[in-house]
Amino acid sequence: MTSSISSNILVVEDLSLSLKSGKTVLPIITNVSFSVSKGESVALVGESGCGKSITASAILGLPPENAVVTGSIWLNGIEISKLDKQGRRKLCGQKIGFIFQEPMTALHPTLTIGRQLTDTLRLHLGLSKRAAMDRAAELLDRVGIPRPREILKGYVHELSGGMRQRVMIALAISCGPELVIADEPTTALDVTIQAQVLDLLDEMRAELGLAMVFITHDLEVVGDHCDRAVVMYAGDVIEYGSSQDVVSSPSHPYTVGLIDATPANNEDRDRLVPIPGTVPPVGHWPSGCRFAPRCSLSDDHCRSRPEFMKANVTDIRCWHPDGRVSQ
Amino acid sequence: MLRYIGKRFLLILPTIFVPLIMVFLLLRLSPGDPAGMILGDQATAEQIAALRAELGLNEPLGVQFVIWLKNIVTLDLGNSLFFRDPVVEIIPRYAGVTVGLATIALVLAILIAVIAGSFSALKRNSIVDRSIVTTTVLGISVPEFWFALILVFVFAVTLRWLPVAGYTPPSAGIIAWGTSIALPALALGIRQSALMTRMMRSSMLDVLGEPYITTARAQGLPEHVVIGRYAMKTAAIPVVTVVGLSAGYMLGGTVAIEIIFALPGLGRLLVEAVARRDFPVVEGGVLAISLILAALNLIIDIIYAIIDPRIRYK
Repeated sequence: MTSSISSNILVVEDLSLSLKSGKTVLPIITNVSFSVSKGESVALVGESGCGKSITASAILGLPPENAVVTGSIWLNGIEISKLDKQGRRKLCGQKIGFIFQEPMTALHPTLTIGRQLTDTLRLHLGLSKRAAMDRAAELLDRVGIPRPREILKGYVHELSGGMRQRVMIALAISCGPELVIADEPTTALDVTIQAQVLDLLDEMRAELGLAMVFITHDLEVVGDHCDRAVVMYAGDVIEYGSSQDVVSSPSHPYTVGLIDATPANNEDRDRLVPIPGTVPPVGHWPSGCRFAPRCSLSDDHCRSRPEFMKANVTDIRCWHPDGRVSQ
Repeated sequence: MLRYIGKRFLLILPTIFVPLIMVFLLLRLSPGDPAGMILGDQATAEQIAALRAELGLNEPLGVQFVIWLKNIVTLDLGNSLFFRDPVVEIIPRYAGVTVGLATIALVLAILIAVIAGSFSALKRNSIVDRSIVTTTVLGISVPEFWFALILVFVFAVTLRWLPVAGYTPPSAGIIAWGTSIALPALALGIRQSALMTRMMRSSMLDVLGEPYITTARAQGLPEHVVIGRYAMKTAAIPVVTVVGLSAGYMLGGTVAIEIIFALPGLGRLLVEAVARRDFPVVEGGVLAISLILAALNLIIDIIYAIIDPRIRYK
C-alpha cells in the first residue's frame, strides 16, 4: 500500500481522526492508508457512518472543529498535513476540487452561478472579472451545459438535478486541480442522470489527468468507474485491491457480505442475503476485529486487531485470509 | 423586477384603503353627534347645524364617503379645529420628526444586530456569545419607556453629555439634531435591536451549517468572504422580515418616547388630537401612518426580491 510517493498525486498514510468532546475522545477513523496516482480513480466504499466522508474532509483540510487528526497526507510530493490552516485553505479549490453529494444544497441559493464560479477563479487564478466570466462560460460548456452565458446569470434553483451536478463539477475542476474528491456525486440523482454524470467524471479524469477519490456505497459504480477500491468498515480500511478484484472476488467476510446483499449479484436467488447485525456505533467498536461480532468466521484470534494480509487477489485486514476458520 | 414591484404596489392599495374606511366610520358612527362633540357642551343648536352642514354630515353615508374620499385623494383634509391650520401642512411637520427618529433607531438597531448577532453565532458557546444572548434577553424584557428614563438619568442628568429632552430640527444643524435625537433613538431601537440580534444569531447559525458554506470553504475562499458574502447573503433574509415588523412597531412605539423626550412627533400629535377631539388631524394622522407603513412594506418587499432571487418566482 505504501507505493512510492513520487508517482502518486495523493498518498494517505496512517490517517486517524478522533473527535474530542470534553474529556472523551472518540476515534472516527483509524490508520487509513491509500494512494491515488495521476488519472486514477480510487473508490472509498462502505456503509453510511463508516468514515468515508470524514476521511475526505481530513484530506481537504476541513475536518470538524473538534477533530484531532494524525498521520500524514501527501499531495504531489508535498506533505500537506504539515501545512498550517492558511496553507491548506490555499490548496482547496486550486489543487483539490471537491464534488458534493447534493448540488441543490451545496451550491449557494441566492448567488448567481456565475458569481460562485468567478469568485473561485478570480481568487486562485487572479483573473479579471471579465476573463473569469469567459473562463466560467468555457467551463460550463465543457461540462455539457447548453447556453452557458445565460446559465451564468441564473441561480441553482432554476436548473435540473443533473445540470446542478454539472455546475458542481465545473466548479471543482475550475482551477485545474490535481486531485478531485467526489463524495457520493450521483446518490441524489435519477438513475438515468447518474450514468451521464459518471461518464462526464470519467471523461474529465481522462482529459485532465485528474487523480480522483470516489466516495460511494454503490459497488456497481465501483466496478464500472474506478480503478482501485478501498473498502471501509467502522472507521477501518478492511480490504483493498483493484476494483475488479474487490467486486468480483472479495475476500474479507464483510465485502463478501456486501456483494451478496447487492441485487445485481443475486439474479439467481429469490432473496438477498443480508449481513446479520448492524454496524457498531462510534465509541462502541470491539477492541479486536471490528467486524467480528457479525462475522461467521470469527474465533479467538479476532479478539486482537488483525494486520493486513494477502488474500486471494486483494489485501484484507482479517485473521482468515483463506476464508476458513483456523483450527 | 419592475413587474414584481408593480404587482407589489397594487397589493398595497388595500393596505391603505382599509384603515381609511375605518377612520371614516370612526368619526361618523361614534356615539353622539360629531358636530356636537367637536363644538362641546356650550354650543347652540344653530352652531351645531352650521357645522353639520359644513362637514357634510346631513348627506347620506354613501355620499359622505364619496365626498370624503375625493377630498383625501385631492389632499384636502380640512383645517385643524385646534391649530386652525390646514391638516396637510401640520401632518408632514410632525411626521418628519417621527420618521427621522424611527429611521435613526432602525439603522442603529440593524447595525448592532448584524454585528452582535453574527459575532455571537461565529463564537458560539463562548463567553462573548453567552453575554450577548443574556443582554438580548434583558433588552427584550425591558420596556422602552423605562429604558428611556434610565438613558436620560445616565447620559443627560448624571454625565450631562446629551440634552434631557427637546427637539432641534435638522435645519438648525445636523449635529444639534443628532444630539437631540440620539437618546430617543437609542431608547426606541434597543428592544428591536435585541430581537434582531437573536434572529441574526440563529439565522447565521443555521446558514453556517449549510452545505454551500462548506462548498465555499472547500473552494478555498477566505473566511471573510465565506462569512461576509456567502453566509450573510442568506442569513439576512429572515432578519429583513424582523426589520419590517420592527419598523412598523417603532412607528407606533414612538408615542411614549416622544412624550418622554418632548419631541413634536406624529405619535404625540395623534394622542393629543384625540384628547382635543381634533378629528381632521386624527384622520390625517392615521392616513399618514398608513401611507408610511404601506411604503415600508413595499420597500421590504423590494429588498426581499433583491436579496433572494427565489422570491420573484413564487
